[in-house]
Amino acid sequence: MAKTEIICAGFGGQGVLVTGLIIANAAMEDDKEILWYPSYGVEMRGGTANCNVKISDEEIASPFVKEADIVIALNEASVTKFEPRVKPGGYLFVNSSTVKHRDYRDDIHVYEIPASDIAYESENPRGTNVVVLGALAKTTGLFDPDYLRESIDSFFLKKGKNNPKNAVCFNKGAEYFD
Amino acid sequence: MAKVLMKGNEAIAEAALRAGSRFYSGYPITPQTEILEYLSWRMPEVGGEVVQTESELSGINMLLGAASAGARAFTSTSGPGFSLMQEGLSYIVAADLPLVVINVMREGSGLGNIGASQGDYWQMTRGGGHGDYRMIVLAPANVQESANLISDAFDLAEKYMHPVLIASDAAIGQMVEGVELPEFKDHDINKFDFAVRGCKKGDRPRSIQNIYFLDDQYEDHLREKYATITKNEQRWESLYVDDADIVLVAYGISSRMCKEAVRAARDQGIKLGLIRLITLWPFPENAFKEVNPNVLGYLTVEMSTLGQIADDVRLATQCNKPVSSFGSMMALPESDGIIEKALEMMKEARQ
Repeated sequence: MAKTEIICAGFGGQGVLVTGLIIANAAMEDDKEILWYPSYGVEMRGGTANCNVKISDEEIASPFVKEADIVIALNEASVTKFEPRVKPGGYLFVNSSTVKHRDYRDDIHVYEIPASDIAYESENPRGTNVVVLGALAKTTGLFDPDYLRESIDSFFLKKGKNNPKNAVCFNKGAEYFD
Repeated sequence: MAKVLMKGNEAIAEAALRAGSRFYSGYPITPQTEILEYLSWRMPEVGGEVVQTESELSGINMLLGAASAGARAFTSTSGPGFSLMQEGLSYIVAADLPLVVINVMREGSGLGNIGASQGDYWQMTRGGGHGDYRMIVLAPANVQESANLISDAFDLAEKYMHPVLIASDAAIGQMVEGVELPEFKDHDINKFDFAVRGCKKGDRPRSIQNIYFLDDQYEDHLREKYATITKNEQRWESLYVDDADIVLVAYGISSRMCKEAVRAARDQGIKLGLIRLITLWPFPENAFKEVNPNVLGYLTVEMSTLGQIADDVRLATQCNKPVSSFGSMMALPESDGIIEKALEMMKEARQ
């Protein structure tokens, strides 16, 4: 995709802002133009947080995303808020560990995955977002799965964190949609 | 050097340290608090001092003290805090002191809101405090330029012995982009012959003045300083101005939307051009000399209800072409809207 617009949303603490940064970092290291923008309005602990990521071959103008190619929604409120903003033919990733099944739009690709359960089972409770990233790489073609998995590890290594269970979570996310 | 991901606010803070700054005093306010937050852990790593003051008033006045001692000193704030700093800035100009103030603009006036806006153009370019002065104002349009301009800001401040402002905005401060950070430069706090740092026996005493009546040549010095800055320091970026029917004029976040609009318009055969202001003062009048003499008009695009750049465009063009403005203090102008407004202007001009 020459230009991809992504919204990541969920509870504060679920790693939604970091998810956006991981995607931005992977794209930047692939020599793409990137832009990440947080929602920084009146937010509270436990409230909903979200960020926008834009990836492009060309200079990016606005930091804001109106309609997204990809929405990652890790909680109920995010699904309700952002499902209408997926472009027709776009992708919606839903964390089905916390979001009950509902009827979704039929003009978009919806991938429901129990990402939090998979993360817990993998003894990596903060790895919900990495599970979803595995699913995203597998289904959207935005990144080669091997490339993104390695990029996630290097992203955290740069912050001085080495967590081999991230790769496990990532693979389980990718395999879920085999 | 490889690119790293950074917020505009963080990049400007890191680049200030790399430009040799080792003193910051300021007070938190959205949307620029990341600067203070970043410096609070990063500044000690490079051996500098950060003071979170009890208000913007003491923040700006501590800066006056640090600059008097020869330090590369800076602070950052947003709208309401910037207003509180105006008295201090007026005194700093009167004392001919070099330092840098970053204003990450938000909606206003008053408490306004914390979203991106560009309403402080008049305040920054006209003076803002009491008395007869202006300051150099640099306006970055992305994270990389935020990092680059802070170093230039210190250089300009010391070249002219004058405070320099950085006009950022909430969008550029909050966004993360890839940035190549500049190399580290050393600043020698003892290199200036104006700096006051205690007078040893036999040395000639130095003082920092902000009164005007002791020096009858002072006004000539001021005239010369402002004239030289105006002549030498205009900065801008032009896009397709030599054959444009309408030239957009913008800075900061709005200029990014204008670039998109110009490219989209050109694809449709609509001849738009762009002058992106990098210095807000001195206003880049020279940019307008390169414009198609048959241009139909100028459209300023800014996050402002009143259209604050428009008057400066009229002055720079001696009112010889129509000037309109487009934008909102609350909503980022969209490229479709910019093109539509430009087409309207073309139609009116051709009638």
